[in-house]
Amino acid sequence: MDILEALQKRILFFDGGMGSLLQERGLKPGELPGYWNISHPETLTGIHRAYLEAGAQIVKTNTFGVDGLKYDDEGEYSLEAVIQAAMRNARQAVDESGKEAWIALDIGPTGKLLKPMGDLAFEDAVALYRRVVDIGVAAGADLVLIETMSDSYETKAAVLAAKEGCGLPVFVTVTFDERGKLLTGGSPASIVAMLEGLGVDALGMNCGLGPLQMKEILGDLLKVTSLPVIVNPNAGLPRSEDGRTVYDIDAVQFAKALREIVDMGARVVGGCCGTTPEHIRMAVERCRDCKPVPIEKKHRTVVTSFAQAVEIGRDPVIIGERINPTGKSKFKQALRDHNLEYILQEGVAQQDHGAHILDVNVGLPEIDEPAMMEEVVRELQSIIDLPLQIDTSDLQAMERALRVYNGKALINSVNGKEESMRAIFPLVKHYGGVVVALALDEGGIPETAEGRIAVAKKIYRTAAEYGIGPEDILIDGLCLTVSSDSKGALTTLETLRRVRDELHGKTVLGVSNISFGLPQREIINAAFFTMAMQNGLNAAIINPNSEAMMRAWYSYRALMDLDPQCGDFIGVYGGQTGGLGQSAVRGRSGGIPGNPGNAGTSGGTGSAGNAGSAGNAGSSAGAGTVSGLGVSIERGLKDQAVRAVRELLENMDALEIINTEMIPALDRVGKGFESGRIFLPQLLMSAEAAKAAFDVIKDHMLASGQKQKKKGTIILATVKGDIHDIGKNIVKVLLENYSYEVVDLGKDVPPETVVEETVKNHIRLVGLSALMTTTVPSMEETIRQLRTAAPWASVMVGGAVLTEDYAASMGADRYCRDAMASVNYAGEIFAS
Amino acid sequence: MKDMFTWNEREILRYLGSRGQEVPENVTRLIRECEQELEQVASPRSFWREYPLSIVSDDVDMTILRTKSTSLGRNLRGCERVIVFAATLGSRVDMLLGRYGRLEMSRAVVLQAASVAMLESYSDEQNEALKRRYQAQGLYLRPRFSPGYGDFPLECQRSIVDALELNKRIGITLTDSLLMAPSKSITAVIGASRYPAGCTVKGCEACGKQNCLYRR
Repeated sequence: MDILEALQKRILFFDGGMGSLLQERGLKPGELPGYWNISHPETLTGIHRAYLEAGAQIVKTNTFGVDGLKYDDEGEYSLEAVIQAAMRNARQAVDESGKEAWIALDIGPTGKLLKPMGDLAFEDAVALYRRVVDIGVAAGADLVLIETMSDSYETKAAVLAAKEGCGLPVFVTVTFDERGKLLTGGSPASIVAMLEGLGVDALGMNCGLGPLQMKEILGDLLKVTSLPVIVNPNAGLPRSEDGRTVYDIDAVQFAKALREIVDMGARVVGGCCGTTPEHIRMAVERCRDCKPVPIEKKHRTVVTSFAQAVEIGRDPVIIGERINPTGKSKFKQALRDHNLEYILQEGVAQQDHGAHILDVNVGLPEIDEPAMMEEVVRELQSIIDLPLQIDTSDLQAMERALRVYNGKALINSVNGKEESMRAIFPLVKHYGGVVVALALDEGGIPETAEGRIAVAKKIYRTAAEYGIGPEDILIDGLCLTVSSDSKGALTTLETLRRVRDELHGKTVLGVSNISFGLPQREIINAAFFTMAMQNGLNAAIINPNSEAMMRAWYSYRALMDLDPQCGDFIGVYGGQTGGLGQSAVRGRSGGIPGNPGNAGTSGGTGSAGNAGSAGNAGSSAGAGTVSGLGVSIERGLKDQAVRAVRELLENMDALEIINTEMIPALDRVGKGFESGRIFLPQLLMSAEAAKAAFDVIKDHMLASGQKQKKKGTIILATVKGDIHDIGKNIVKVLLENYSYEVVDLGKDVPPETVVEETVKNHIRLVGLSALMTTTVPSMEETIRQLRTAAPWASVMVGGAVLTEDYAASMGADRYCRDAMASVNYAGEIFAS
Repeated sequence: MKDMFTWNEREILRYLGSRGQEVPENVTRLIRECEQELEQVASPRSFWREYPLSIVSDDVDMTILRTKSTSLGRNLRGCERVIVFAATLGSRVDMLLGRYGRLEMSRAVVLQAASVAMLESYSDEQNEALKRRYQAQGLYLRPRFSPGYGDFPLECQRSIVDALELNKRIGITLTDSLLMAPSKSITAVIGASRYPAGCTVKGCEACGKQNCLYRR
């Protein structure tokens, strides 16, 4: 029988632990267990047989952790040979037992953390897994089991490899800790949404915990998943005895707990570390008469990041719209300049103002949108834990973004046109996602709600042909500007209502479209937002930095019993007194003053959390006096520096301000640092205050057609193999302060990339950093290659393990013990 | 972290390169804010296993790995068992460091210092608990000693991470260049002896790098 068919009808049993049994039979610490498939086939077959006789129906091959990283081509046996032997041993055991059983190709973590935290690239992880899948499937696996995963990103890589490599059923179990979280922070809700989106056939948990601890998490899983749930616990919690790991519950207790787990609703059970055929035998006996709990569809609409699950339902969700170049000249310039910090700041500011999801649109005719989209998604998800909405009309950009996305994304958008649905739905199906569906089609935008509902129905119908359920679709009822069509808002509101009441679907709206062409647009926007929510809007694409919109949202929730005891409302507005002119920042990350999209931070932050990081309290430096700017910079007071420079610009030349106010202040700070009078955080706070002031001057000069001259261009890179870049980043901030253009190549940069960039623009100064002795050789190699290909370039180096002598022996031109030293060296180079 | 964490601000300032200068109020405030942020995102975890130990001069056999190291041999002299220990603050701390490394460098350096101080204090707490536990069995623990200290080869990280299955247990992985990821992680060995040690040299004083910026 097909395993998926069997799964619909009855409880299935996995086998138990393998590693501990192999150790009992003589596997030594450090020895690769996969080699035993070839050197001790009878041992492996014997263990499989014992499990089958105990009643297990799914046998895991001895291939956990077997991949091209640990089993490389220089090893005793090839990867192919190890996996093929594993499959042979399992098949032989099944044949000999004469029982009906399925063989699961067992796949585990690579033992590497993926980039950017670690050094394994996402696509390299997919390729590693794909190779194992290809070998295992060719050798006769019945299903693929991806287990013991503790990182959602690596899990996604493995699932993609399995789904793209074969048509077999894919089961996935992850490891939760005692807090019910993955080691990298995911929750049951977030991992379930991602895995269901990717189309796995069953999911659950294994390892890490015993059956008792897993019961609570099982409850959480069952609440959210529509798939059969697998539970493979350890034999209790581990402790160390003589360097060996032993577990705290016996087979009887284990079986009793598994029975409870099955009664709760688990569909597949078995064991992990420390469990033996005896554990499985008793569990099978104990659960023999269990009636499987029916598996119900949950119809939840959920998008996720690596850590967070955002459910789209009755409580309206805010999608921040600011990462979008439309109508924003500064944003466009940032895209052209590849200024990702600008985009990241837009993201952080929106999070701080209360966005739940961030829309990401980087479309600009003159840039490579697919490449930019992929890069921005990678960057955003490495610093912000909100789910993203991939917003593009470029199919390639959409696919690249969805592929590298760590979670289940919101996708913007599909519409009722045949062509659009045929292009978008396959992507939604393959990568998972909730998709925004515009209620328009070949006939354009229907004028009536009736027409839009008809399109919505067509979209639901077509999505179903692809296996995409209505819960993964958000109908966009479309919002036309009310100044050109006075019935526009009414039509939109009726559409919202009817999707909710007649189609029982979910809705989304770009709310601010309503006010195009009107003065004081926020007034209309906020009123319409409230009306839309009242008519059933589930997700709003708005500007969360707009206080009027956020007030509408907080008020609606308080009034609609969505905010118990008005807790959120009071949390945000409770600290505010006086007028309503203030903006509220509620994020924990603190406002980032000087940020372009961050309207609120300078206006006092009446919020919980620790907003307002610049700290504008306690200084006597009066803004507006000539010395105000210099003092503000010296004291690292960003907001004051910005105010001071604005006042100065009213009757002073920009260059004069730089030369007579800012540079002297920076020099004083730099000297203070060198003499030990002030220390690093102060130096950097001053640098940031100066940067905020420079940004004001830059805008001012731009507006008057002037351009600020740079002193020169410097390349900075953290060398290959090194992923610690804090030192390099400090140097960057200071060099930029001193008017150098910095090309930051990032971390883990291959020598070839440094050379290529240096040659391409004939760069005169290259700064390299390396933290560890193990990465110093790549610094040496980079210098060597630079000397050959770019003999004109000077090289400065820095990093914790370096010394003057060490640097000289590598052939560097200058060892810089700190950031000021690199500023001084840059001065020498570019003065000549 | 649920419980309130006890911060060692003097250590944080030392990691920030303070030489006893006056600390202005906005820096103090920044340190406090960073501490709060870390308490929210850090998820400290540790793991340890004990193994038989034998030492012949500088040849140290810790069952799961064998290495030649004079400084390690000295650290473990007189011990019959060795505890192999690891601790981490988790990958979300790296995410926070990455965020501010891009957007607000002053906060990034303070977070960096505070997270190192947090990891050290957390490891100290865990080691104190181990010390009490072993003392009850009549064994005295030596100060922890990490690969990379003195001539204890960094390459030993690999055996430790593999043997203790640190990836699976607490999420520690190694890059090809032997850096730990998450970055705020440590591995160390701790000797257990029947005899209390005399004056033990630990921390900076045990390290050979005399010209280190952070040396106490």
